[in-house]
Parts: sequence; C-alpha cells; structure tokens
Amino acid sequence: MRKKPLTILSDGILLRRENTLYFENEKGRKPLAIEGIYDIYIYGHVTITSQALHYLAQKGIVVHFFNHYGFYDGSFYPRETLLSGDLIIKQAKHYLEGEKRMKLAKAFVWGGAKNMERNLRRWKVKANFSEELEELKSAEKITEIMNVEARIREKYYASWDETLPDGFKIVKRTRRPPRNEMNALISFLNSRLYAMIISEIYNTQLAPTISYLHEPYERRFSLALDISEIFKPVIVDRIANRLVKQRVMRKEHFREDMNGVLLTEDGMKRVIQEYNKELSSSVKHPKLKKNVTKQRLVRLECYKLIKHLVGLEEYKPLVAWF
Amino acid sequence: MEDYPIPNLFIRGTEVNYLFVCPTKLWFFTHGITMEQESEWVDLGRFLHEQRYANEEKEVLIGPIRIDFIRKGDVVEVHEVKMGKTIEKAHEMQALYYLYYLKKLGINAKAILHYPKLNEKKEITLEGGEKEVEDALLQVEVIKSSSRPPKPVKKSICNSCAYKELCWG
Ligand code: SF4
Repeated sequence: MRKKPLTILSDGILLRRENTLYFENEKGRKPLAIEGIYDIYIYGHVTITSQALHYLAQKGIVVHFFNHYGFYDGSFYPRETLLSGDLIIKQAKHYLEGEKRMKLAKAFVWGGAKNMERNLRRWKVKANFSEELEELKSAEKITEIMNVEARIREKYYASWDETLPDGFKIVKRTRRPPRNEMNALISFLNSRLYAMIISEIYNTQLAPTISYLHEPYERRFSLALDISEIFKPVIVDRIANRLVKQRVMRKEHFREDMNGVLLTEDGMKRVIQEYNKELSSSVKHPKLKKNVTKQRLVRLECYKLIKHLVGLEEYKPLVAWF
Repeated sequence: MEDYPIPNLFIRGTEVNYLFVCPTKLWFFTHGITMEQESEWVDLGRFLHEQRYANEEKEVLIGPIRIDFIRKGDVVEVHEVKMGKTIEKAHEMQALYYLYYLKKLGINAKAILHYPKLNEKKEITLEGGEKEVEDALLQVEVIKSSSRPPKPVKKSICNSCAYKELCWG
C-alpha cells in the first residue's frame, strides 16, 4: 500500500481508540487507516488528543498545521528515528566551511533559476537568466547570492505576467498578506510545498535545521527552504499557472479580508485537489529508468544532497526535464 | 562496549554480511544511513520467520551478534533464515562469523542456513574458516573507518536494494 498524505479542511477532533485513529465531527466518527497515512495537513480547527499524538509519533507521521489563511504555522515533528551522527557532522561542516556552503547555496539558486527558465519556455515567453547566472558564479557572499536570486525572481514574475490573464497578474509579488489573487494562490501553494518538503526530510537522516542558502536561524526547518528553491517553479508555479489559465480558479474563489486577499474554502479545496493530483502524477526518471511521482523527486533530491555531503557525488539540482 | 563478551570485537553479523553484499551498503549502514524500514523485503522476511519458526528460541543476542534462533544440544545449532540465495556468500560468511564468535567464547557450534522459500537448508562448520573470518573483519573495519563511502558499483542486486534510489537516483 502506498502511503498518502491526509488533508483535513474541516473542524473536528483527531482521536485514538484502541489501535484506530478517528476523525470526529458533527457528521460522525470516521476511522482513518493509519498504515496508509504518510503525513497530515491540517487546515481546519482540529483538536488532537494526546493519545492520538502518541500514536502518530509512534508511526513516524509528521503533522503540519496551517492557519485559516492557509499559511504554514508549524509541524508536529516526531522524535527522529533516522539519525546519523556522521551525516549531521558533515552537514554542519558544509555550513561552517565558507567554500562548501557557497557551493551549495549557489546550487540551490542555480537550480531554481533553471527551472524558472524551463517554465517560461513552456509558457512561450522569451527570457532567460544567463546574465544573472554569470553573476551568481562570481558571487562571494551569501548576501550577493540572495541579491542575484531576488533579481531573477523579479524578472521571472514580470515575464510570467505577460502570459497570465487579466485579474491574475502577479505584478508585485507580495507575501503576508498577499495583496492580490495570484499572490494568494502562490503563497498558499508555497506553504503546502514547504510542509511537504519537511515530511520528506523527516524520512531521511538529514537534519532539517542545517541549511546553506538560508540561515539556519531563519526558520526552524531552514533546509526545507533551501530545497523549496528548486521545487517552487516545478510544482507550485506550474499548478498556479494551470489553475488560473484553465479557469479552475476564478475570482469567486478568493475573498477580501482586512488581511489582504485570501482563498475561500472552496478555493482551497480546488487547489489542494489539483496539488494532490500533481504530486501523485509520475514522470519517467532518466537515471532510475522507472516512473517516480513528483513528490518522490523531493526525496531523491534529499538523497542527492546526502551523496554530496558524504563525498560521493557533487550535488546537481533537479532541472525539470518534463 | 565493556560488557561485550569479547571486548575488542563488536562487529555485527549484518556488517559481515553486507561486506559481501556491497561495501557501499556496509558504509551507509554503519554510518546510520539506513533505509530498511521502507523495504517490503525485510517485512516479508520477518513474516516468514514468525510463521515457520514459532517454537524456537528466537533472536538470541550475544554481544554484537544476533542469531535468528538457536537449538541447544551436544553441539549448539545456530539457525539463520534467509530469503533467497543471490548473496549466498554473504550468508555463509555471516554464519561463519557467528561460529567464530561462539568458538572464542568456548562454544562449539555449527550453523544451518534456512531458505524456506526454496525449501533448502545448508550446514556450515567453522573448520579452517577462521582466517577467512579474520580477513573479513579487517575489511569491515577498513570500510567503516573510511571518511567517505566506497563508490557504488552497479550490480544485479542493486535492483532489489533499499539504497537503490540513493546510489543511482
Ligand atoms: S544500490 Fe547497489 S551499490 Fe548501492 S548499496 Fe545497494 S547494492 Fe550497493
């Protein structure tokens, strides 16, 4: 049985009776097959009993919480069962030694940029980042890398905008709170992706707190931020693009709030449905010569990082071939 | 490690086994990079084990070695249950290591490898194999203490190996 993510949008209680996990609300009590759950994403107001938490911890299931705007709040990250002292030391060494850190930080930005270029080509916009990527090569500080990254992103959004329908332009990428529909959509998806990457890291020996492009103190799971540079264009932007161009997401799926523009509940449902579909869809992996899901690609990216850290093979970020 | 029966010898049976399966796997395993929890293969082995051999003394731990089950008699019998024969050499060396270990503790034993899926058994004695075991132990030490893993080498067992995506993805 392949384990699947469980998303809870409604309000209720997660509880455990004997060896069964239940979700209960006014509609009744529904058993959940724990062996089939990979991780849990909670958007509703959900109470979790400590027994349920113990059970989830025992099964190594990460639970992610989102606030009612759909932003990531935090995760219940069970005690690690996969630990490698040696790998943690190597991870830290790659952070502490300037050259090593720069190499990885640049790799994340480079991979992200290549994937943005790939998207623009798909969307038939003429733009590339060769100039910026040249500068990236000669960057000597993390702040310089960050600057290049910011400029790439700006150019990317401007180019992408040329193809987006009126009313769904990104114009100026705004976060917390998003000021328009497209920003709301991208932010919602980014939060979800970030949480998923945390789950994948949990299932490896990588320490989620040691990162390279982002500072380890920036967020608790800063390595997930690094890895998301690669996957935001490949996963989030493509889904967002499709949703608005195919008119699955329309104006009525957003609402104004004093906090900016937000997704309605129906909007969230639509996005999550598309997101799940996308992540469980497979592509043929050229090296493994088999089909792997898009979600699995994140795990493979973690493995590539491990190989880099232990000195087996230099990390080359995923550049979407599909 | 002080409470180990042989103070200087704390290599696990699995490590000797992995030496003959794949040195890369041995390195990953001994450095805490494990994947077995995701392998159906391992679960199947456990299942077979519980079904067939319910009445024996199971999972006997002696220091670093963990024997599937033991039958006591004039000569102690060490039993190991294995899935298939693709890495027979690895199983034999693992068993040989157990016998070597037991001998150091003054226990005479022989080993029986079970292949329930093939309905076969194989008996193994230590006679003359000490040197081979010692060589293997030395090699395990060398690989474990290396700062980086040996480069993976593609072989047919890679396909059913839990590390496949790590090595080749
Ligand atoms: S995949 Fe192949 S090379 Fe890698 S650990 Fe397994 S057997 Fe060794």
